[in-house]
Amino acid sequence: MSAKRLHVMFDDDDILLDAVKEIVKNKMYIYEVYTPFPIHGLDKAMKLKPTNISIATFIYGCIGFIVAVLMMYYIMIVDWPQDIGGKPSFTLIENIPSFVPIIFEMTVFFAAHLMVITFYMRSKLWPFKKAENPEPATTDDKFLVDMESGSNLSKTKTMLKKMGAVSIKEVKEESEK
Amino acid sequence: MTDYKFSKQIKRFSVILTITGAIGIAFGFYNAPSNVDESKEIVAKMSHDGYEGDSSDINGGGYGEDSHVGEHSDGDGGEYGENSHGASGHEYDHDKHVFYQLQNKPWAAIYVPALFFMMISLGVLAFYAIQRASQAGWSIVLYRLMEGITSYLLPGSIFVIIILVFSAFKFNHLFLWMDPDVVAHDEIIRNKVGYLNIPFFFARAILYVAGWVLYRNISRRLSLEQDTNNDINIHKKLFKFSAGFLVFFLISESMMSWDWIMSIDPHWFSTLFGWYVFAGMFVSGITSLALITIYLKSQNYLSFVNDSHIHDLAKFMFGVSVFWAYLWFSQFMLIWYSNIPEEVTYFITRIEDYNLLFFGMVVLNLIFPLIVLMNSDFKKTNFIVILTGIVIIIGHYLDVYNMIMPSAVGDMWSFGPAEIGGFLFFLGIFIYVVFNEISKAPILAKGDPYIQESKTFQYYNLD
Repeated sequence: MSAKRLHVMFDDDDILLDAVKEIVKNKMYIYEVYTPFPIHGLDKAMKLKPTNISIATFIYGCIGFIVAVLMMYYIMIVDWPQDIGGKPSFTLIENIPSFVPIIFEMTVFFAAHLMVITFYMRSKLWPFKKAENPEPATTDDKFLVDMESGSNLSKTKTMLKKMGAVSIKEVKEESEK
Repeated sequence: MTDYKFSKQIKRFSVILTITGAIGIAFGFYNAPSNVDESKEIVAKMSHDGYEGDSSDINGGGYGEDSHVGEHSDGDGGEYGENSHGASGHEYDHDKHVFYQLQNKPWAAIYVPALFFMMISLGVLAFYAIQRASQAGWSIVLYRLMEGITSYLLPGSIFVIIILVFSAFKFNHLFLWMDPDVVAHDEIIRNKVGYLNIPFFFARAILYVAGWVLYRNISRRLSLEQDTNNDINIHKKLFKFSAGFLVFFLISESMMSWDWIMSIDPHWFSTLFGWYVFAGMFVSGITSLALITIYLKSQNYLSFVNDSHIHDLAKFMFGVSVFWAYLWFSQFMLIWYSNIPEEVTYFITRIEDYNLLFFGMVVLNLIFPLIVLMNSDFKKTNFIVILTGIVIIIGHYLDVYNMIMPSAVGDMWSFGPAEIGGFLFFLGIFIYVVFNEISKAPILAKGDPYIQESKTFQYYNLD
C-alpha cells in the first residue's frame, strides 16, 4: 500500500503540538501545519531549521546606516551646506549629532522594511495571491496538519485518532499546491 | 538546594577591599593641600608633567562652573559672568580657585563611588518593585538576591548623607550654593534659594531615604513571612505596596538626582536629568544582579536558576543600555543644538577637559553591550554576560564620575589613590553587606504563588 497524503484536523493547539511531536517521532513527513495563530515551539517540534532572518535584518540595518551617513553627507555637506542655528555645515564629523536621529531612523527603516519584504518573498506571499491553506477553518479555530501517511495507512489513522484528531481526510496527490 | 552561607573567602575579600580602599582614601586626603601655598606647589609640579598648556584655560574662569561662560559664548554669557563674580567687588583669585578644587578632590573621589553603589542598590529596588507590581512570573527565583542587594540601600544612603553633611559644614566646596558668600554674589543661585537651602535640602534627603528604606523593609518582611504562610493576602499587599512605591520612587529619584548631582552645577539644568540618572542606576543595578546571580550559581547555590533567567537578565542589560544611551544623546543633542550659554558650558567642560572619559564612557555603556549582547546565544553564555557586566559597571562608574568631577575639580582630575581607593572601599562594604544579607534568609522565596512558574521558566527560543 503506497503512502497517502492526509489532511488531519485538530481543535486545540496543545493537542496539536503533542501530535506533531508524535508524528515526527514516527518518521512521517509533514508538508505544512496551518494554524490560526503562531504556536510557540511548533517550529522546534517540526524540526524546522532556525530562521536566518535576524542575520539578514542586521545586514539590512547596516546598509541603512551607511546609506543614511552617505545621504546626509551628500545633502548637508557637499551639495547644499546650510547654516542652521549658528551651526554651519562644513564637515560631517562636526555636524554628526544633528544627523544621528536621521541615521537612526534610516537604520530602523531599512531593517524593518527589508526584513518584511524578505519575509514575504521567502513565504511566497504577494498581492492577489490565491490562498494556500486547504481548509478555511484554519483561519478560524481549527488546526490542520498536511502530512504523509507512511506505509501503513490504517495504523496511522488509529494513531492520529488516539492523539485527538477531529477529522482525517485523504487527499489526491494532484491537488498539491 | 542549600541556603547560602556567607563564605570566608568573600568575607576576607571584602574586608581586604575595604581596608585597601580606606588606605587609598587616607592617602588622598593626606595629599590634599591645606592652604593656598601647598596647592600652588602641587599645580607647579603638575605643569611640569605637561599641564602647562591647560593652565591658561582655567585662568579665564570664575569661581564655579560658570567659568567657561565668558569664554565660549561670544559675550552672551557676560551678563551671567558678572553676576556670579566681580560685579560687587568680589575679587577673583585663581590660586584660591585651584586650591578649592584640589581640596574638593578627595571628597569628590569618595562621593562618586558612594553615590554609585547607593544607586546600584536603588536601581535594584526599583527593579524589584517593578517585578512585584507587574506580578512577573520569571523572576521569583531571584527575589532573595534582589532583597540582598537592596539591603545596602540604608548604609549606602547614610554614607552619601554623611558626605553631604560634611559639605554643609564647609569641609569642602562640592556644593557651591551651600556657601552664603557665593550665593550673595550670584543672582542665579539667589533666585533658587527657595529650593536650594541647607535645611530643606536635608529634609528632602531624609524623606527620600526614609521612603525607600521603609518600602524595602516592609517588602522584605512580607516576603520572608510568605515562606511559612501561604496567605494570598500577603501577595496582594506586596503588590499594592510596590505599585505605590513606584509612584513615590519616580518622583523622589528625580528630585534626588537634582539635589545630589545636578545642584553641584547650580547654574545648569536639564529637564530629563532624573530619567538619565535613573537609566544609569537601573542598568548598573540589573547588571550587578546578573553578576551576583552568575557567581552564586557557579557556587552551586542556585540550581533552580536556568539559562532562560540569565538570558532575561542579559536582555534587560542590553535594552536598558540602549535606553540609557538614548537619554544621554537626547540630553546632549538638545543642549548642543540650542547652544544656550548657561546650558552648554556643562558639555564644553566635559568635552574639553574630559574628552576621553566622556566619549569612552559611551563606548563602554552603549557600543560594547550593543554589539556583544545582540546575539541571542551570547545572552545565555555566563562568561560573556560577566565580561559585558564588568564593562557596564566600569562604564557607569565613569558616567557618575563625569557627572560629579568636572564641576567639583575642573581639569584637576586624575585616577589617583583616592579615586581607586574610594571605589574599592565602597565595593568592599557593598559586597560584605549584600552577601551577609543573602546568607540570612532562605535563598529561594518558596512561598510566592508564582514560584513554580519561575522555576520552570523557559524562553521558548532556547533549547
